[in-house]
Amino acid sequence: MAADDYDVAVVGGGLVGVATAWGLAREGCRVVVLDEGDRAMRASRGNFALVWVQSKGLGLPEYAGWTIRSSNAWAGFAQTLKEETGLDVAFQRPGGFHLALSEKELEARANVLRRLHNQPGIVDYKTEILDRAQVAKMLPDIGSEVVGGSFCPLDGHVNSLRLFRTLHAAIKTRSVTYLPSHRVENITKEGGEFRLATEQGEIRAGKVALAAGNANMRLAPMVGLEAPMKPERGQIVVTERLRPFLNHPVVTLRQTDEGTVMIGDSKEESVDPAGLTIGVSATEAERAVRQFPLLANVNVVRTWSAIRVMTQDGFPIYDESETHPGAFTVCCHSGVTLAANHALTVAPMIARGALDKSLVAPFSARRFHVQAAG
Amino acid sequence: MYKRLDEAGTAVTITVDGRQIAARAGDTVAAALIAAGIAHCRTTPVSGAPRAPYCLMGVCFECLVTVDGIGSRQGCLVPVREGMAVETQVGKREAGR
Repeated sequence: MAADDYDVAVVGGGLVGVATAWGLAREGCRVVVLDEGDRAMRASRGNFALVWVQSKGLGLPEYAGWTIRSSNAWAGFAQTLKEETGLDVAFQRPGGFHLALSEKELEARANVLRRLHNQPGIVDYKTEILDRAQVAKMLPDIGSEVVGGSFCPLDGHVNSLRLFRTLHAAIKTRSVTYLPSHRVENITKEGGEFRLATEQGEIRAGKVALAAGNANMRLAPMVGLEAPMKPERGQIVVTERLRPFLNHPVVTLRQTDEGTVMIGDSKEESVDPAGLTIGVSATEAERAVRQFPLLANVNVVRTWSAIRVMTQDGFPIYDESETHPGAFTVCCHSGVTLAANHALTVAPMIARGALDKSLVAPFSARRFHVQAAG
Repeated sequence: MYKRLDEAGTAVTITVDGRQIAARAGDTVAAALIAAGIAHCRTTPVSGAPRAPYCLMGVCFECLVTVDGIGSRQGCLVPVREGMAVETQVGKREAGR
């Protein structure tokens, strides 16, 4: 492989990596994606598929604006992918709910939204608390215990397995080189180019974008960056296909374009991807039935657990290396919601060779060293 | 297409989509449908193709029907009962049924 074959090596072939790779290819870059194999721990196969705005940004108001930017770009992003691949990722933005099963839960929810909105510099994203009657107008099948909820008109969802497939089809169409079973073991910079040692030999590229999820924690220090991560496990319960009854996604429950109902928003510290805690699934299902009693007799066809990509404070990390110019991190929990940003905003920055500080400076991992920086 | 080996047993009447069907005590819903010459018991949620009881031992899930208002019951695991109302399940199940 000639040294100048690739402008950019993207490390990681999940949603974040392929969205970034597709965006880079659209900018005319010659791109290689270095991925693990089929047995990789892959959040892109296990996620809940929300394109979600409400609740984002408590503690980092710029994250709300960043999320809304992606949410607003999503329809066009999905349309472009459809034109390039013929595949429909079933993006919808009908607005979404948090539901409260007690006055105490509703008050807690209202408090979170107040704290979020009271932050200086926060964008108003029009989330409102609705009482039971208002919720019932939009979600007629709620149970008697639902006292109300919060609604954000910007919330939506997508078929995320199809998104994953579509992005892979799209990078192929744009002649991106995809190399599975190329786990990156080491990265060095020599003579102005990056050398990435993989289990199947060395790959060279002018720039490197680290989009390897929780593995960024291991990779980032190799190029003078850091990515403090805190992986956690989530579980999802999936029902048989049902006729459409739910016109809005709820943060813990949504009906997919194919009719199944996905239930789940659990968090556990375990990072064993093979394990599944039955009690967690039972709790998820029990709350789902209290929210929508018509689910009581519905058959469950699948449950799974997956490891969330999670930074230590939950906010994204976008960085460029000072010691290794040309090395970038693209790292976040919300690979579905932020896919449009990664493809349409972050990738062009990497193609140009510099992050646009006006957009992504708040997301530098330097925030983890406030004391040291001060 | 199918014939009973033995016509003995207590007669039980069920309805299938409102039509009365003669069954025998001890029949499963799937067996009763087959004995009555009913060619298919549901259509699939994905393509709408017709499906009929197949494995008759609870494994293949082809014989899903609505029984007394509850959808997606495995016909081959449910014994018939006098007056039972069986309905063909068309495509996706309706939540709450």
